[in-house]
Amino acid sequence: MLERIEKAEKEIKSACERLGRRINIMEVCGTHTVSIFRDGIKSILPDNLKLTSGPGCPVCVTDQWYIDCVVELAGRDDCIIATYGDMVRVPGHSGSLETRPGRVKVIFSSEDALELARKNPDKTVVFVAVGFETTTPATAVAVREADSEGIDNFCILSGHKLVVPAMDAVLSNKNHRIDAFLCPGHVAVIIGYGAFGKIVRQYKTPCVVAGFEAVQILEGLAVICEQLAAGQSELESVYKAVVTRQGNVTAQKTIAECFEAADGYWRGLGKIAKSSQKLKEQYRRFDAFDRFGLKEEHVEELRGCRCGEVISGLIEPPACRLFAKECTPRTPVGPCMVSAEGACAAWYKYENKKK
Amino acid sequence: MQSPDKQRDKDRILLAHGGGGQLTDELIRELVIPNVNKSMTAELTDSARIDVPEGSICFTTDSYVVKPLFFNGGDIGKLAVCGTVNDLAVAGARPIAISLSLIIEEGFEVRLLKKILSSVGKAAEENNVEVVTGDTKTVEKNAADGVFINTAGIGVCLPEVELAFGKIQPGDEIIINGGIGDHGLALISQREGISFQSQLESDCAGLAGLTCRLLEAVPEIRFMRDPTRGGVAGTLNDIVFETGHSIEINQNALPVNPVAQAAADLLGFDILNVANEGKFIAVVPPDWTGKILQICREHPLGKKSVVIGAVKAASEMPLVEMKTSLGGKRIVRMPYGLELPRIC
Repeated sequence: MLERIEKAEKEIKSACERLGRRINIMEVCGTHTVSIFRDGIKSILPDNLKLTSGPGCPVCVTDQWYIDCVVELAGRDDCIIATYGDMVRVPGHSGSLETRPGRVKVIFSSEDALELARKNPDKTVVFVAVGFETTTPATAVAVREADSEGIDNFCILSGHKLVVPAMDAVLSNKNHRIDAFLCPGHVAVIIGYGAFGKIVRQYKTPCVVAGFEAVQILEGLAVICEQLAAGQSELESVYKAVVTRQGNVTAQKTIAECFEAADGYWRGLGKIAKSSQKLKEQYRRFDAFDRFGLKEEHVEELRGCRCGEVISGLIEPPACRLFAKECTPRTPVGPCMVSAEGACAAWYKYENKKK
Repeated sequence: MQSPDKQRDKDRILLAHGGGGQLTDELIRELVIPNVNKSMTAELTDSARIDVPEGSICFTTDSYVVKPLFFNGGDIGKLAVCGTVNDLAVAGARPIAISLSLIIEEGFEVRLLKKILSSVGKAAEENNVEVVTGDTKTVEKNAADGVFINTAGIGVCLPEVELAFGKIQPGDEIIINGGIGDHGLALISQREGISFQSQLESDCAGLAGLTCRLLEAVPEIRFMRDPTRGGVAGTLNDIVFETGHSIEINQNALPVNPVAQAAADLLGFDILNVANEGKFIAVVPPDWTGKILQICREHPLGKKSVVIGAVKAASEMPLVEMKTSLGGKRIVRMPYGLELPRIC
């Protein structure tokens, strides 16, 4: 293990010396962000190599209107909100789920949400279905099960999103400074690393898929740096044992059976075409937006918050004047401070030396 | 034969069990005392009288609302004794007596209450403390979650021992008596609605036997704390906040059970933030480290004791930093309050 780490470190250093300019690599996924901070990876990289966090933290990119819907439903006596833990503290305009005790159950999987519905036939269980392609198949399975068992007191608020359209949106900003992407291994397990080929071809930007251990991240970075130094832009995977080019076809079919891609709002990035997963017509009766008549509205984002620029790789968190002042993990203003996987929260927790 | 209704009354706690009448009396004489303190000879008066040697005493209290009530490695009864014993132990005291207050939800099964009380008795015996006084209240259904317990404890301060933040100096070393995170992770893996199973066992244990032996042999130890809620990160940050010094720990030195690490990774928890219930962190002068480790490792609760880091003079702002296994560095912050499982 140590040998692999040393080898990757050496390759990164040598490639960065050859490059001789500042390069920016975006780690798309929040799990990568946390690993990078937790293992102190930034502190061993050459000075001219910068890592920036992308739009891959599901909580961070979930828009304000969605959060307000969840908090509103949590105020109803006839509902139980089943949610992953990260969503509990996200501030809506009228508080967070944390301020709605008794109505919110933290669960670990969509199956747990379905089980809650079975056990509480007199309540409607609303599953806060967020996340990328990693969590969407499980939501689809739960919806299918609810359908076949006739569990009508179960529904989902789909906030599921697609990774590749967001990467596309980052690069289509004229001011972007991204030289390459470190792509998330677990998403690639589902969609296949071939799915990132579009980005490589269209923007001539290297995309390298890596796992989440420190050594895998370093190996991914080494491949990217080598490519950049050689003036190449290729699609590669250093997570070969787990990720295939075509991905998990069964999971893809499961998603496609229940969901279709629709335009969707992302916090910080605005509206992105075909970037959200909406329940298909045949499963629409499990759609909580429909069931509770929640109409999508444009909600003002918070003033002064620069999370959009952070997840686009335009600035680092300390460049925001709210960072570590009004905006801390205890008093988050923007979404990147809310989730532990958010760029600002990770920076605050592991890197920020000021109070 | 009793009628089924009468039998049901005997199986469950009724509101009247906390009413101060016959049922309360029965509950205390037939269930509580025989389980928690078999040798109790004193009359049932409103207060316990305790003979203490000269010197100071330590006095502490803690409430236990753990969920689930029974978990791998213990239950709320064992926890309620060990937790209070440990608060005395890390303050440099030898625990001698504790109180036991029960708040019981109407309808709670007597069978389960008996199991909890028997754990209280066993833990008290193992830790050489006597349950000397107590109280029982019942509340209506849904006004509590099964059983809540409060214990308070009295301990006799060990001579020549003075544990305080103020004694901590740069250069001191930081010792822990074994693997971290087991309690919190064992608990969360068994909570209702969570489809995550593990073989993890809580480390719940009373530490007074080990700490007393240690402090009698090395009264020079500067400071001790049990890293319960907030975990190791919480305790180390408290030290930094109170002393103004920095701390550097070494990731490679941290004792972590691989199953606990895997569970923490899966849930997205930082294992440094996870609660422990049978661990202490000791800040010690470096000259004494060898002797302390030797004493710890001879004890069943200290076999895996190690030095995990050291106190440093703060350069700018005092911080807890960790040297990672990659050779990098990162900050270890005070946790927010509650770890939440993540999405993916």
